[in-house]
Parts: sequence; C-alpha cells; structure tokens
Amino acid sequence: MGDFILLMVSAILVNNILLARFLGNCPFVGVSRSMDTATGMGMAVIFVLTLAGMMTWLVHNYLLIPLNIEYLRTIAFILVIATLVQFVEMVVQKTAPALYEALGIYLPLITTNCAVLGVAIINIEDGYDLMTSIFFSFASAVGFALALVLMAGIRERFALVNIPKSFEGTAIGLVTAGLLALAFSGFAGLV
Amino acid sequence: MSLRYEFTKGLWETIPPFRLVLGLCPVLAVTTSGINGIGMGLATTFVLVFSNIFVSLLRKVIPSQVRIASFIVIIASFVVIVELVMQAYFFALFKVLGIFIPLIVVNCIILGRAEAFASKNGPIMSLADGLGMGLGFTISLFVIGSVREFLGAGSLLGINVLWSSYEPFAFMLKPPGAFVALGILLALMNLISQFQAAKGGK
Repeated sequence: MGDFILLMVSAILVNNILLARFLGNCPFVGVSRSMDTATGMGMAVIFVLTLAGMMTWLVHNYLLIPLNIEYLRTIAFILVIATLVQFVEMVVQKTAPALYEALGIYLPLITTNCAVLGVAIINIEDGYDLMTSIFFSFASAVGFALALVLMAGIRERFALVNIPKSFEGTAIGLVTAGLLALAFSGFAGLV
Repeated sequence: MSLRYEFTKGLWETIPPFRLVLGLCPVLAVTTSGINGIGMGLATTFVLVFSNIFVSLLRKVIPSQVRIASFIVIIASFVVIVELVMQAYFFALFKVLGIFIPLIVVNCIILGRAEAFASKNGPIMSLADGLGMGLGFTISLFVIGSVREFLGAGSLLGINVLWSSYEPFAFMLKPPGAFVALGILLALMNLISQFQAAKGGK
C-alpha cells in the first residue's frame, strides 16, 4: 500500500503530467480559460485515462505480446483509445444523462489528448503490472485535473489586470504555466 | 489559392505552433537543444506530408462519419514507420525524443491539417500544405531549441559559443523554462505583427 501512496504523490505532485512530463498541453492551454470548462475537462480525463490505462495494458499483454506484434503498439493503442472514448460517450449518454451534460463536449477531444496515449505508453515502458498501471493512470489524471483547475483559477483573474498587448491570450497563459511549473518543482525531493 | 501560397503560409502567416497553437507537447518537451528541435520537426514533417497526401488521395473513398478514425489510422501507420526507421538509423536521437515519437500520432497539427485541408484539396496542394506547415514547425522548434540551448547551456548546436566563465541560465533547460521561453517568443512575434500592422496602416 505504501508503494501506491508514493506512486500517487509522485504522479500528482512531483512528476505532474502537465508541468513536468509535458503531456496533454493542448487542452491545458486551450480549455483553461474558465473554471467550469476546466473542471469538466479534468473529470472527463480522470474517467477516460483510468479506463484507457487498464484497457491498453490488457491489450498489450494479452493481444500484442502473444501475437508477437508489439511494434504495432502505437496503432493498437490509439485505436483502443478512440474506440473507448466513443464507447464511453455512448454509455454515459444512455445511463447518466446528467453526467453527459457535464462531460459531453469534452469527451471527443480526449482521443487526441496526448496525456492518454502518453500514460498508456509509460505504463508499458516502465513495466508496471496491472494494478500499478491503473493506479498510475488514475494518479496522473488527478494531477492533470489539479493543474488544469489551478491554471483556470489563475487565468480567470487575468480579466481584472492590465496585460501588455503583445502578451494577451496564449502568451501570458504560457508564462503563467511556467510559474506554476516552477511552483510545482518545489515538490521535487518529496518522494 | 496558388501552390506557392499553400506552401509559404505555413512558414510565417500561420506558422505552427505560434500562430496555430497546436501540438504544444513536443514543442515544450524536446526543445532543450537546437538539434533535438530539428530531429523532432523533421519526423513530424515526414508524417504530416505523407498523411496529407494519403488523406487527400482517399478523400472521396472515406465516408464522412468515420473520417476521423480513418485519418488517425493513416497517421498512425506513418508514425510507426518513423519510429522503426529512427530506431534503426538514429538511435541516439530516438532515445532523446523517447515517448514523443509515438506521440506524433496525437499531434493536433497533423490531424488538424488532415481535417481542415487535405480532406478538401487535391494531393499536390496537400503536399505543398504539409511541407510548408512541417517546415514551419521544424523552424519554430529549432528557434525555441536554440534560444533555450543558448541561454541554458551557452552553446549553439552543441558548440560552446560563449566565454568560458558564462554562468549557464539552467532554468531555461528545466520544464518551467520551456513554458516561459515559448510564452516570451510568442509575445515577441505578436509585437512584430503589431508593428507591421501599424506600419501598413499608415
């Protein structure tokens, strides 16, 4: 159990997927303008990433390895993720309309969120077992949501301040992300 | 809509990732030196050019309901080719770029060009678009990589260019430095555009 807690702290704070590993930065810059969208996106990513981490691990170990076609990993994983996202969208729409209202528009975007494919590949390359993979995927996604919500909180304040004209929009967002990453690097050495 | 325009628009007018803020992950992660930037940029260009050509050739065959999935499969095939070729012939670079080679699949620039351009235009036009966008991306990565390498290690393309007592600004090579460097370069580019617009208005 102690190992799992260490893994979680490491994935959420020390090696934050957005700020230290640089995965999933497009939504980080794109949908972090308001708190509501950031929370929606964060929840959707937690949901899909955990499932995708599990599914890709199973596909790799029970399909690709027995058939000796590990070199097709990239294609296989992206197909699993795309199918999973479509499937999750359909199931959520049928069973939980309220949840679908909240997550709906973010679900299709997740297919091309490199955090999902990235974590799936890290799971395999670091040789995690099934339980560890699920935990790591979940923790990474929580780290993603945390950074995204923090960023949205900061960006909402931009409406109240004077920003130099050339920095408006994405530029100031990136500099803010840099400062946030600097703050997170203070967690280094925690694990 | 000339061939020349389709090629050159990717080099300044809509240069990724500055004007077209897509595909940020490799931009931030691998640009710790100029040479890494070129390697990543060329790998992306290769995939972009071939996926554009194939999407364009198949655009009348692919039903529009499953087009995104089809595009992803086409892109993923070329990424696997790049992965295997780099592993065989450029192993050192392959190690450095690591996870970001397979992640070219989900680089939004490639899917974005397939959807926005190649699925609506002929193969020659798509080739020009892919090549222009790809080279623009490569130049951007090289510039960001060089700036970070120059400030962070005092060298350009691996050769020391600053005096020996130069204290490296190591922040630039760390993850936070990547965000700040990209943000400031973007602001500089906005400044140049504003200046040009102001001059053109007179």
